[in-house]
Amino acid sequence: MESGKTRVVSAIVENKPGVLHSVSNLFRRRNFNIESITVGPTEERDLARITITVSADEKTLDQVVKQLDKLVDVVGVAELDPDSIVTRELALVKINAPTAKERSDIISCVHVFRGRVVDVSPVSLMVEITGTSDKIDAFLNLMKTFGIIELARTGITALSRGGQAGNVDE
Amino acid sequence: MNGANALIKSLENQKVEVIFGILGGAVLPIYDVLCGNKNIRHILSRHEQCAAHAAEGYARASGRPGVCMATSGPGATNLVTGIANAYMDSSPLIALTGQVPSKGVNTSYMIGRDAFQEADIIGITTPITKQNYQVRNAADIPKIVNTAFYIATTGRPGPVLIDLPKNVQTENAEMDFTNRIDARGYNLVTDPDLAQISRAVELLTKAEQPIILAGGGVITANASDELMQISDLLMAPVATTFMGKGAFPEGHPLSVGSIGMHGNPAANRLISETDVLLAVGTRFSDRATANLDTFCPNAKKIHIDIDAAEIGKNVDVDVPIVGDAKKSLRILYETLSRALPKRKETAWVKRVKEVKEKLSPLIKDLPKDLVPKTLLFELRKLLPQDAIVTTEVGQNQMWSALYFQALKPRTFISSGGLGTMGFGFPAALGAKVAFPSRTVVDIAGDGSFIMTEQELACSVMENIPVTVIVLNNSVLGMVAQWQRTLYNKRYMAVHLGKTPDFVKLAEAYGAQGFRVGSISEFQKAIKEALKSKVTTVIDVPIGSEEDVVPFVPPGCGLPQQRGDY
Ligand SMILES: Cc1ncc(C[n+]2csc(CCOP(=O)(O)OP(=O)(O)O)c2C)c(N)n1
Repeated sequence: MESGKTRVVSAIVENKPGVLHSVSNLFRRRNFNIESITVGPTEERDLARITITVSADEKTLDQVVKQLDKLVDVVGVAELDPDSIVTRELALVKINAPTAKERSDIISCVHVFRGRVVDVSPVSLMVEITGTSDKIDAFLNLMKTFGIIELARTGITALSRGGQAGNVDE
Repeated sequence: MNGANALIKSLENQKVEVIFGILGGAVLPIYDVLCGNKNIRHILSRHEQCAAHAAEGYARASGRPGVCMATSGPGATNLVTGIANAYMDSSPLIALTGQVPSKGVNTSYMIGRDAFQEADIIGITTPITKQNYQVRNAADIPKIVNTAFYIATTGRPGPVLIDLPKNVQTENAEMDFTNRIDARGYNLVTDPDLAQISRAVELLTKAEQPIILAGGGVITANASDELMQISDLLMAPVATTFMGKGAFPEGHPLSVGSIGMHGNPAANRLISETDVLLAVGTRFSDRATANLDTFCPNAKKIHIDIDAAEIGKNVDVDVPIVGDAKKSLRILYETLSRALPKRKETAWVKRVKEVKEKLSPLIKDLPKDLVPKTLLFELRKLLPQDAIVTTEVGQNQMWSALYFQALKPRTFISSGGLGTMGFGFPAALGAKVAFPSRTVVDIAGDGSFIMTEQELACSVMENIPVTVIVLNNSVLGMVAQWQRTLYNKRYMAVHLGKTPDFVKLAEAYGAQGFRVGSISEFQKAIKEALKSKVTTVIDVPIGSEEDVVPFVPPGCGLPQQRGDY
């Protein structure tokens, strides 16, 4: 499969067991490339939102959307328009910081990136940072010089801008 | 009422008249309800794979959903090939499986604990079902059954599995049998977009060499009459895919046969020359189109399909029409007939005739001896028009596609998508159950027949007489052909020898067997078989080195068909 741009597909699905399995299974079976997948509840209790970032060209993306739409438990699905999308990711990073100098250097970076220090130990700091994936990448890049002990990223979640609900439910 | 009773009552409400299955511990409560039931016949298959194939044969012959049932664990996993087959060929199938209890007193014997005969059939069948359900509460059964039938039979049909934990079968609950359906995420588009129809009309009125490609979807949608009308108006030849065989009567002057790797050379040639392709109910499988670079190279393409995901999946098209084939063709015809007077003999029609005369395999001289093409040509003459023919997989199947003319929809049933050896015989039994008064014949290879031959027991005990013609070449013929032509005759693991003796095998089961050595003996055997009250197996020894020709080698395009035939 040709690789393409990174796109964000948002699906509203039945909030019941097995649905995530059928969605992820579809991606494996159809040879689509998932970069990240996040799942969480929506404003309606019996519906969940699955946000998937895929690397795909136009034709593959069309298939991703149509094949997802075919799943009975997928209530609505669409690509989020790249021009009016808000994407966010959260990362927790444990960084090597054995000296006071290093701790203060790290903390000033954290401020620049609008992150928060959430845990401190004599030899390390844990930082919480949210933003676009690019911003998180940039922060992690800076932290490499100190040494990253552990990292957890949530993957992207996203919504369309504006007052209307996205076109996902149509 | 308990879950098992609710299940059977829900099936009755769906007008189910037959279930093919094999029981076991995890479905005993359901079989207890079936005991003494007057409305639903249970047919005891001898392997669950065959229960699923038989249910599919029933479905494809009748257009009604087929139902099969198995116990948990190995019963359920044995269904898998049959479910996958129905999925690939878009057949409406309901598969019922027992499951270990989801709750109860003895907690060691429960879902998720690797209990005896537990298999995660939901996980296993997710990629090969249109939808599947594990029932959590008995009260949900009526709604789940209704929804399952609705999903299996509407849109692009397919298999739906319902997994029934044993405790749910025995659980008592208030049941609501009103016809409720729970599938808000299931979007069904049946009405075509009229703007696209106008674009199609525009292309078709300008077309000088139009061709129609009818896929299995035309048969599923019962759209053969509408197809005929359009072909007649446009004087457009009709090619089919392998799955579409029977959608258009193959004896008709505008029929050019099936396209594909082993397609009719006339069809392969003409589809390569067309300027406007009207494709209906086909997924453009690789076996049909061969190399896409040379598929209809100069044509504008119109594609009608009820499954939006099929449009643009394999072939890029100029006019996409998402909709039911019958409805779409009817609207297309109505619009076309206002825009266009009925065409008479065109240069294209002359070309069609000329290509058919030169290339069509049935117009060529046939040898007088007992070779597959002569046999299949004779068979057509011996069978009533509405006889149902199934095939196995391999050379037998491709010979049948080339040399046996299907004259009506739903009379040619074969495993097209999955290519499952052993499908034809149980599918024939299913078709016969749907139409006890019609003739049903399975055209088989020896290798395939051995895979499901044990259903002879079912056919004899349950009184389902069909005819099996074993084209017995003592090899796994199609694979041998590939080794012969593509692997330099390095034969490996394709020889089957002369065993079993198919006549004795038939007799061992209480069926009748004949061995024939000439066309006249074959004719006699078929006449006997048509009169017989038990299943007949006709063993037809043929050469081991016979090829199916012509043939489009892998990687080549339809115009590059090779081989003398
Ligand atoms: C279940 C299954 N296993 C293996 C194959 C691969 N295969 C395709 S054709 C074929 C040979 C079929 O032999 P036979 O039934 O004797 O038919 P013939 O080609 O000789 O007519 C095989 C092994 C298959 N299609 N299905």
